[in-house]
Amino acid sequence: MSDVFDQFQGTASYIASEELRHAVNVAVALARPLLVRGEPGTGKTLLAENLASALQLPLIRWHVKSTTKAKDGLYVYDTVARLHDSRFGGEGGGDVRDIARYIKLGPLGEALAAPSRVVLLIDEIDKADLEFPNDLLHELDAMRFRIDETGREVAAVERPIVIITSNNEKELPDAFLRRCVFHYIQFPTRELMSEIVRVHHPDITDKVLDNALEVFFGLRATPRLRKKPSTSELIDWICALNKAGVDLGKISGGIPFLGTLLKTEQDVELLGKRAKA
Amino acid sequence: MLVEFLFELRARKLPVSTHEWMALMEGMALGLHESSLDGFYHLCRTLCVKDIAHYDAYDDAFLAYFKDIHQDALKLTEELRAWLANPRALDGLTDEQRRAMQALDLDKLRALFEQRLKEQRGRHDGGNRWIGTGGTSPFGTGGANPSAMRVGGGGGRSAMQVADERRFREYRRDVVLDVRQIDVALRGLRRLGRDGAEDELDLDETVDQTCKNAGEIEVVFRPPRRNRVKVILLMDVGGSMDPHAELMSRLFTAASRAGRFAKFRSYYFHNCVYSAVYEDAQFRKAVPVAELLAHSDRDEKLVLVGDALMHPAELLDPGGAAFFSSQNRASGHEWLRRLAAHFRSAVWCNPEPERFWAGTTIEVIASVFAMWPLTLDGLAQAVRYLVRGGERPRVGDPERWMKSMVG
Repeated sequence: MSDVFDQFQGTASYIASEELRHAVNVAVALARPLLVRGEPGTGKTLLAENLASALQLPLIRWHVKSTTKAKDGLYVYDTVARLHDSRFGGEGGGDVRDIARYIKLGPLGEALAAPSRVVLLIDEIDKADLEFPNDLLHELDAMRFRIDETGREVAAVERPIVIITSNNEKELPDAFLRRCVFHYIQFPTRELMSEIVRVHHPDITDKVLDNALEVFFGLRATPRLRKKPSTSELIDWICALNKAGVDLGKISGGIPFLGTLLKTEQDVELLGKRAKA
Repeated sequence: MLVEFLFELRARKLPVSTHEWMALMEGMALGLHESSLDGFYHLCRTLCVKDIAHYDAYDDAFLAYFKDIHQDALKLTEELRAWLANPRALDGLTDEQRRAMQALDLDKLRALFEQRLKEQRGRHDGGNRWIGTGGTSPFGTGGANPSAMRVGGGGGRSAMQVADERRFREYRRDVVLDVRQIDVALRGLRRLGRDGAEDELDLDETVDQTCKNAGEIEVVFRPPRRNRVKVILLMDVGGSMDPHAELMSRLFTAASRAGRFAKFRSYYFHNCVYSAVYEDAQFRKAVPVAELLAHSDRDEKLVLVGDALMHPAELLDPGGAAFFSSQNRASGHEWLRRLAAHFRSAVWCNPEPERFWAGTTIEVIASVFAMWPLTLDGLAQAVRYLVRGGERPRVGDPERWMKSMVG
């Protein structure tokens, strides 16, 4: 295989399925953003961190919130600081006439201005307004933008590797989707899951792992659960079991530390009813 | 050759654009498909299918297009024959396993393999087993048979097998939904506007005013943005709607969530709307439709949910609602028309699967209200129609049907 491809093989602490590795490598080779979707807790965000450490590139994070504007990702012109400086004189006596001092690059801007290749994580893009992805189209395509206030052009030296995550809360616009490489992270199978748990708890015994997975997948298979427990919750739960020294094989009736697995009252209630029945 | 696959995909309503197809060609030129069908399956899906809801249709198209090619390629590949003569799996076996292996010598194994190949063609027509499946078959990847022969690329499962499993069926768009999905669909139903108390800082205006004020801070407030859409939900309960009760309660939960709409009211009816609707599902507190109309803006969005299935007389004859009202001079059809005439935008969501619509009262009601099935797709289209208007879906031929009913 050529060396541009197959750069990412997962890391010691992150087990990626074959399909996911393939998708990542396609995105890297074609220099297109990778859009990752999947149930919460399937390691979408961790993917970017581990990709960065596997390729030994710096990681820049952009956590999108409901109030985030696309322009904030490029740069912010801090007018209030400038106003403050002009009235009271800045610390260190800054030159108020130099607008560039008040331009602060956002995460996307930083990624494009970086002197070498970086990994950019745009986390939970669907949290923002519906139009948000559309506003990023040009910047992600051309990997350059212009700071209107100073006239400065920022262009990427090397196209950053862009990982975008989404929780399926909103439909993303077609024009945006067209430009991405898409991957849906499937919930891990039992085999993959035991590998994942082993990475986080290397000294776990087969028996404990088996028992834990039995309970976990049994719980996920319970019908009408409002929120199914996810990978990260399983790992927390096993951690709690370990710390408390609970042996699952010896416990009868009731799951210890249920609160780490189920997060809504209705689910706990539902499980209680089923246990009684 | 591959262009036909593009059209195969598009024929299944997968929105694959030229842009994406070119990316696929670029990817293949770079060798990203690893010169294998499995690689191509993943590469193409990754680049051309951007929605989990479309995965199933993709699998379907892939199966249809590649099922024959897959076998022909297997048959023709000399490489495969060479490979069969030199199975890798011989390393690291116990003596016991080796004996088991010898029980099935190479010639026999090859003969079996070729025979299985032939059977496999019959699989799609008849239903035999695949080569490439795990488990205990002597052929395939990741199997448990000690004399297993690995067929296909490194480590993963074969694309045909993955496609054949149709794992993504449950993600399809045309299935009925849960509360969260309804919630997301209803999010489209909004028109934002500013009114109410001024309690949000308007930063831009503040900066502007401050500059005009020569740097003396001037703080400006404005009202926050709120959804201005008002919704009336009319729900059919009881009788033929009982199987859909769970779905209805999910829809109600999502729609009534606090703060979603500027105004939200819901009423119940049975079978069809006649002179009154009811505030409760037990039909005790009646609200005359005339009164409802008098107290509703024409701009409010009317959403009816029901199966629209009834005896034709219950819909078309005056006094069809024998069960409730005594003096019912207008037919249910007439009452529905009055509702439709009052509101500028109204939709009917029907939990009954679309394939059962033809030749029933559903067709007549669909000619009064724009009707969609109560699925993720249907609900999204209904919401779009409520906000932006547009084409109404045409259901059957109600006029001919009504004539045949009356005549």
